[in-house]
Amino acid sequence: MSGASIEDVYLPPSLASYLDKKAVLQLRDDRKLIGVLRSFDQFANVVMEGAYERIIVGDHYCDLQLGLYVVRGENVVLTGELDLEREELPQHMTRVSEAEITRAQKAEREVVQRSIRKRLEFLDFDKLRVASSYTCSHAQSHPQFCSFSPIVL
Amino acid sequence: MLFFSYFKDLVGREVTVELKNDLAIRGTLHSVDQYLNIKLENTRVVDQDKYPHMLSVRNCFIRGSVVRYVQLPPEGVDIELLHDATRREARGG
Repeated sequence: MSGASIEDVYLPPSLASYLDKKAVLQLRDDRKLIGVLRSFDQFANVVMEGAYERIIVGDHYCDLQLGLYVVRGENVVLTGELDLEREELPQHMTRVSEAEITRAQKAEREVVQRSIRKRLEFLDFDKLRVASSYTCSHAQSHPQFCSFSPIVL
Repeated sequence: MLFFSYFKDLVGREVTVELKNDLAIRGTLHSVDQYLNIKLENTRVVDQDKYPHMLSVRNCFIRGSVVRYVQLPPEGVDIELLHDATRREARGG
């Protein structure tokens, strides 16, 4: 009968509701960590227990056991609560060994590098080596601005 | 604080948050804070095939610093109100 109920109070977004639950942590370097969220703070620094990295390449995936992980907030893109009722991955995806996924990952990276190099073919790489200190954080979307040093390996 | 207040008014609406890594997530805006961290509910990833690990994520917390765009429902934008608020903010009150 009294006025405001607890639901009417506006609460800022907090990771508190995900505590002690299985969560997926997307990092800025495109890694995905899965584990039980044990702690966090205002910077989105988080502690994950029983963490593992899920590497996905095409239709294959592999889980690499990591253990207890503390992640600095600046590297966090997103923390998602995993709905245990739902499938974690689409049915058609298959689990492979660590060696296999590492190989697939390497192959995928080479394809990307080759396409970057192709787009830069009109440039004289030898002369541009001096520009190798110039880097860009959007190397994927703007390969033309990305560092030259890793390309001219 | 203008955009913080503005986003607070949009709580409960359906928005699409596009991140700097090109991941776009659609969901109901649950809450927002001073850093423009965003919590979404009933989320779905726009390009699900490209991000299979997000399949079973229904609720998520997005760090404000990684957001590139927030796409709002057209009815959630009151230009007049925003103009006034902007002028007030520019005056410092």
